[in-house]
Amino acid sequence: MSLDPTYFLVVSAIVFSLGIVGVFLNRRNVIILLMCIELILLAVNINFVTFSVFLNDLVGQVFTLLILTVAAAEAAIGLAILVVYFRTRGTIEVDEIKMMKG
Amino acid sequence: MYSLIVLLPIFGAFITGILLRNNVSPAKCGAVASFLVGFSAVLAWICFFTFEGETFFVSLFEWINTGNLVVQWGIWVDRLTIIMLVVVTTVSFLVHVYSIGYMHEDKCQPRFYAYLSLFTFAMLVLVTSGNFLQLFFGWEGVGLASYLLIGFWHHKDSANNAAIKAFVVNRIGDLGFILAICTIYWVFGSLDFHIVFADPYIMNTKTITFFGYNWDILTFICLLLFMGAMGKSAQLFLHTWLPDAMEGPTPVSALIHAATMVTAGIFLIARCSPLFELSITAQQFIIIIGATTAFFAATVALTQNDIKRVIAYSTCSQLGYMFVALGAGAYKAAIFHLFTHAFFKAQLFLGAGSVIHAMSGEQDMRKMGGLYKLIPLTWLSMLIGTLALTGFPFLSGYYSKDAIIELGFITDGHIGEYVFALILFSAFLTSFYSWRLFFMTFHGRIRAERSVFNKVHESPFSMIGPILLLGLGSIFSGILFKKYFIGDYRDSFWLDAIFIEPDNTVLNEIHNVPYWVPLVPSLMLFLGLSLAIYAYIINTNWVNNMATMHGSIYRFLLHKWYFDELYSKIIVKPYRCLGYILWKKGDQGLIDKFGPDGLASLATKISGFCARIQTGYIYHYAFAMVLGLTILLSLLVIGAF
Repeated sequence: MSLDPTYFLVVSAIVFSLGIVGVFLNRRNVIILLMCIELILLAVNINFVTFSVFLNDLVGQVFTLLILTVAAAEAAIGLAILVVYFRTRGTIEVDEIKMMKG
Repeated sequence: MYSLIVLLPIFGAFITGILLRNNVSPAKCGAVASFLVGFSAVLAWICFFTFEGETFFVSLFEWINTGNLVVQWGIWVDRLTIIMLVVVTTVSFLVHVYSIGYMHEDKCQPRFYAYLSLFTFAMLVLVTSGNFLQLFFGWEGVGLASYLLIGFWHHKDSANNAAIKAFVVNRIGDLGFILAICTIYWVFGSLDFHIVFADPYIMNTKTITFFGYNWDILTFICLLLFMGAMGKSAQLFLHTWLPDAMEGPTPVSALIHAATMVTAGIFLIARCSPLFELSITAQQFIIIIGATTAFFAATVALTQNDIKRVIAYSTCSQLGYMFVALGAGAYKAAIFHLFTHAFFKAQLFLGAGSVIHAMSGEQDMRKMGGLYKLIPLTWLSMLIGTLALTGFPFLSGYYSKDAIIELGFITDGHIGEYVFALILFSAFLTSFYSWRLFFMTFHGRIRAERSVFNKVHESPFSMIGPILLLGLGSIFSGILFKKYFIGDYRDSFWLDAIFIEPDNTVLNEIHNVPYWVPLVPSLMLFLGLSLAIYAYIINTNWVNNMATMHGSIYRFLLHKWYFDELYSKIIVKPYRCLGYILWKKGDQGLIDKFGPDGLASLATKISGFCARIQTGYIYHYAFAMVLGLTILLSLLVIGAF
C-alpha cells in the first residue's frame, strides 16, 4: 500500500482552515464558534493519526484519543457556559458579546 | 537672671499661644502674658540699677560648630544691652497691659498675646546677642513678629498688603546686613563681638575689591550694616513700609513701630561703634541720610490726616535724629534719644489708640475735634507726650533732642551746615505737626458725627494706667538720666560698652557751643506751637488757603514726596510684569507644558489608545492570537530563531 500521506495532510489543512475561517467569519452564533474549534481539533487529530500510521508509532493515536476526550469535556463546559450566558443575557450572538470593550 | 529676662516672654508666647488658646478667657490670657513680661521687666530694672558696667558674656550653649565657624548662643551684657533690656521689657509690659483693654472685643486675643510675647523674646535675643549671627536671628525674629502683627487683622486686604510690604522692604535692608555678616566672617574669621571689636585698628588700612572698586574694608562693612539698619529703622528710601505698618493694631504700633523694633537699627550701629568710629565715609553717609529722613518725614507729617500716620512719620523723623547723632559720633546721645523717645512715642501711640478707642475706631483727624472734655485723661497723656516730643523744657525730649541739634551744630564743613539747618527746621516742623495733631484731635469745632460723638467715653483703667506710667517716663527720663547717658557721669556709666576714638570729643564740645544754640530748639518749639494755635484754633481757614495757594507743594507732601508712586513705577510694576511673563511663558508655557502636564497628557493618550484596542469582540482577540501564532511559526520556519 503506497498511499501518499500528502492527501491526508491536505484534508487536514483544509479542515483546519475551515475552522479558522469559521471562527472569524461567524458573527451570529457562539455554538458555531465552538463547532469551529472542534473542527480545528479534529484537523489536528487527522494529522496525528496520519503521522502515527506512516511512522509506525502508536503514541500519535493514543494522543488522538486524549485530545478527543479533552475536546468532549471542553465542549461540555463550553455549552454549559453558553446556557448560563443565554439565561443572563438573553442572546448568544457573537456581535453582542462585547462587554470587555475598553 | 539675664536668661530669665530673655526667656520669660517666650514662655508667655507658648503658654498663651498653645496651652491656653482655647481654655481660658482672653483677658486671663492677657494677664498671664502681661505677668510674665512684667516679671521680666522688673528683673531688667533690677539689673539696670545693680549693674556695675563691666561687659561680660554668658554662653548658654554652642549653637553652630562647623570647625571654622563656632557660634555660641549666649547673653552679652554691657550697659547698652541693659538699657535696651529696660526699654524693651518696660514698654512691652505696658503694651501688654494696655492690650487687655484695647483688644477686649477681638476674637483672636490669645494669638495676639502670643505674637506680642514672641516679638518681645526676639527683640531681647537681638539686644543680648554676643555675635552677629544671633543678632541676625533676633533681627529676623522681630521682622517676623512685625509681619504677623501688622497683618493681625488678616481679613483686611490692606493689612495683608502692608504686612507683605514691610517684610519685602526689610528684605532689601537685610540683604545688606547678610552681606555685612559674610564680609565680617571673611575678614575677621569670626562673628563674635569680642573678636571683631577687640582691635578695630587692625583693619584700618586694608581694602577689599568689590564690583571692580577698591573699598576700605571697614567702610564697606559699615555701609552694608547701615543698609540693614536703614531697612529696619525706616530711613529714607527704605521708609515706605513704616506708615503702612499702621494697619496693625495700635498697641503693636506703639511697641514695634515706635519704641523697640525700629530702633534696632540704632542699636546695631551703636553696638558696632568700634567699626563705625573708624569709617569717616560711613559716618558722613549716616548723618546725611539721618538728617534728610528727619526733614522728609517731618514735612510729610504736616499733611497727613490719619492720626496714626502722623505719629508714624514722626517716628521716622525722630529715628533720623538718632542717626544724625550716630553719624556725628555721639552714640551715647543716640541711645539717650532712643531711651526717651521710647517713652514719649509709645505714650503718644497708646494715647492715639485711646482716642481711636473712644471714637469707635475712627482714625481720621478731620472727623475729630473738641474731645478734650470727654476724655480728659487721654488729653492729659497726649499733652505730656506732645510736650516731650516737641522738646518742651525739662521734659525728656528737651534733653535728648537738643543734644542732637547741638551735635548738628558742631559737625564740621558743609555737611554740618546742611545737617544743622535740616534738623533745626525739622524741630520746628515737629512742633507744628505735633500740635496740629493735638489741636485737631482735642480742640476746635466738633467734627464727629453725632452717633459717634455721643458714644465717646474715657478708656478703661487698663489702658489709661500704662499711658500715664509712660508719661512718668516722658517727664522724668530726661532730667534723671541725662547726666548718666551723656553728662558728666557718662564714662563711669558706659565704661567700654561704646567705643569712641580718643580724639572724638563731641560730647564735650556740645557743652561749649555758643549760648544761643541751646535756646534755638525751644524757640522752634514755640514758633511751631504758635503757628499751630493760629492755624487750627484762631484762624482755621488759613490752612485751607495755604493748601490751595501752594497746591503743588501741598500735593507733593500729601503724596509723601511721591515715593510710593515712584517705587511702584520703577520697581513694582516692572517686577510684576517680569513675574507675569515668567509665570505665563516660563512656568506654564515651558516647564509645565513639557514637565508634569506633558507627561500626564502623554499617559492619557497612550492609555486611550490601549483602551481602543480592547474592542470586546471575541473574533478580534482570536484574530490577534492566530496572527501572533502565524508570525511566530513563520519566524520559526524561516529560521529566525
